[in-house]
Amino acid sequence: MTATGAEAASAGSSLVERVRAGELAAIARLLTELERLSPAAPKLIAEIAPFLGRAQVVGFTGPPGAGKSTLVNAYIGALRAAGKTVGVIAVDPSSPISGGALLGDRVRMNDHTDDDGVFIRSLASRGHVGGLTPAAVRMIDAFDAAGKDVVILETVGAGQSEIDVAQVADIRIVLNAPGLGDDIQAMKSGILDIADILVVNKADLAGADKTFSQLASAVALSSVKANTPVLKTVATKGEGIAELVAEVNAVAEGRSETAETRRRKRARRLLAWAAADLIEAQVRDRSDPRIDALCDNILNGRSSPEEAAKALFEAT
Amino acid sequence: MTLAQHDSFPPRVLVTKIGFDGHDRGSRIVASFLRDAGMEVIYTPPWQEISQVVRLALEEDVDVVGVSSLSTDHLLMPKLMKALDEAGLGHVKVVVGGIVPDEDEALLMDAGVSKVFHPGVGREEIVGGVAEYAAQARQLRSEELVT
Ligand SMILES: Nc1nc2c(ncn2[C@@H]2O[C@H](COP(=O)(O)OP(=O)(O)OP(=O)(O)O)[C@@H](O)[C@H]2O)c(=O)[nH]1
Ligand SMILES: [Mg+2]
Repeated sequence: MTATGAEAASAGSSLVERVRAGELAAIARLLTELERLSPAAPKLIAEIAPFLGRAQVVGFTGPPGAGKSTLVNAYIGALRAAGKTVGVIAVDPSSPISGGALLGDRVRMNDHTDDDGVFIRSLASRGHVGGLTPAAVRMIDAFDAAGKDVVILETVGAGQSEIDVAQVADIRIVLNAPGLGDDIQAMKSGILDIADILVVNKADLAGADKTFSQLASAVALSSVKANTPVLKTVATKGEGIAELVAEVNAVAEGRSETAETRRRKRARRLLAWAAADLIEAQVRDRSDPRIDALCDNILNGRSSPEEAAKALFEAT
Repeated sequence: MTLAQHDSFPPRVLVTKIGFDGHDRGSRIVASFLRDAGMEVIYTPPWQEISQVVRLALEEDVDVVGVSSLSTDHLLMPKLMKALDEAGLGHVKVVVGGIVPDEDEALLMDAGVSKVFHPGVGREEIVGGVAEYAAQARQLRSEELVT
């Protein structure tokens, strides 16, 4: 393969054939077509379908500045040393005001720019509260079709969005770092339930031990996830990365789901998100006497919002 | 999904620095006002090699590459233009911002650079220029068939 693979763009090969041959420009194009759900996308998705389900999808999420990109950078290094190829989707938030985005995750992943075995694409969240657009899910498939062994997903998250990323990654790593606010928040937001591995990054900083012991005791008290490993890392120095790799492998080995099951789960997630958006818009804006009646019931205490929602859902 | 929706995605712009000069205040300012103008800006550390800029432009599928140059780094631009072309990125538009002497500007334009923004140029002009080059790049790109 050449540096860019441009020469491989021989006349007659389809885009997906070029992707399968590892041509970087073709992978870039496929990512974009799927990201934007272009007119060509349905055909491309059908063409890549036979090649999907090989890649392991690892999600890194956590509050802004916790060191996600730096840790991903170090993790990529470990994967490369083990001979694995890597695709990265690095999501940063879009500005709700301008719609623009400053995509800066690559600043911390600069070690791998020259490596043909690593392909990094930055993605703007474009208003999706989850920080993870459905586009990211289609882009996982693009990397999978390109034969990447591991697809890494970096998303900023606090609370709900961390839970969203969890739904699409096979292995879910949730980062925290000392000095990023109340650790009780972490427990409230439900990350303990979704994390396969918890990481306290910036273990070189004061306060790391406190963050670590708070997380560890919260895990120990959790009824469902008492075995979740809690690790310390110093992403800037590569410390704790070998342990992280070992834990990821251990989690992966404990799984029995087939790739197809995982993909169907992801699709169901997308459907659930889209349905939630649709229902929200309908319930908020549609003029409908039935909805008005359910609102009356909520206001005068005859039913809880949950009961009213259930009645509405069952009626349609 | 309609074609109109497909075309309405924000311009993607790589803002970077090549060569030895590490002063990236200027490029940070430009990056943030392009973002505020609704663009998706991929930001990199300074000191990128030519091959790295090509690789970044390729992986990120950008429409425009903006190179900030304070010293003589702009003299590397003809090399960058050639490398982009060889990588099949002929549709990508390239602009340079910074201190570029007149005689060098001619050299850059000959090499295929779309525009040199000199110090003191207003942000409106930069935003307008980048948006227009991005639209041109998208147009060229969409003419490449996806088969
Ligand atoms: N002391 C110390 N600093 C670190 C460590 N890991 C990352 N940092 C620093 O923390 C800052 C943020 O790191 P990033 O990797 O950009 O964090 P992030 O979570 O990806 O940030 P966003 O994507 O903006 O949410 C940078 O200045 C890093 O150098 C660490 O282990 N120790
Ligand atoms: Mg980051």
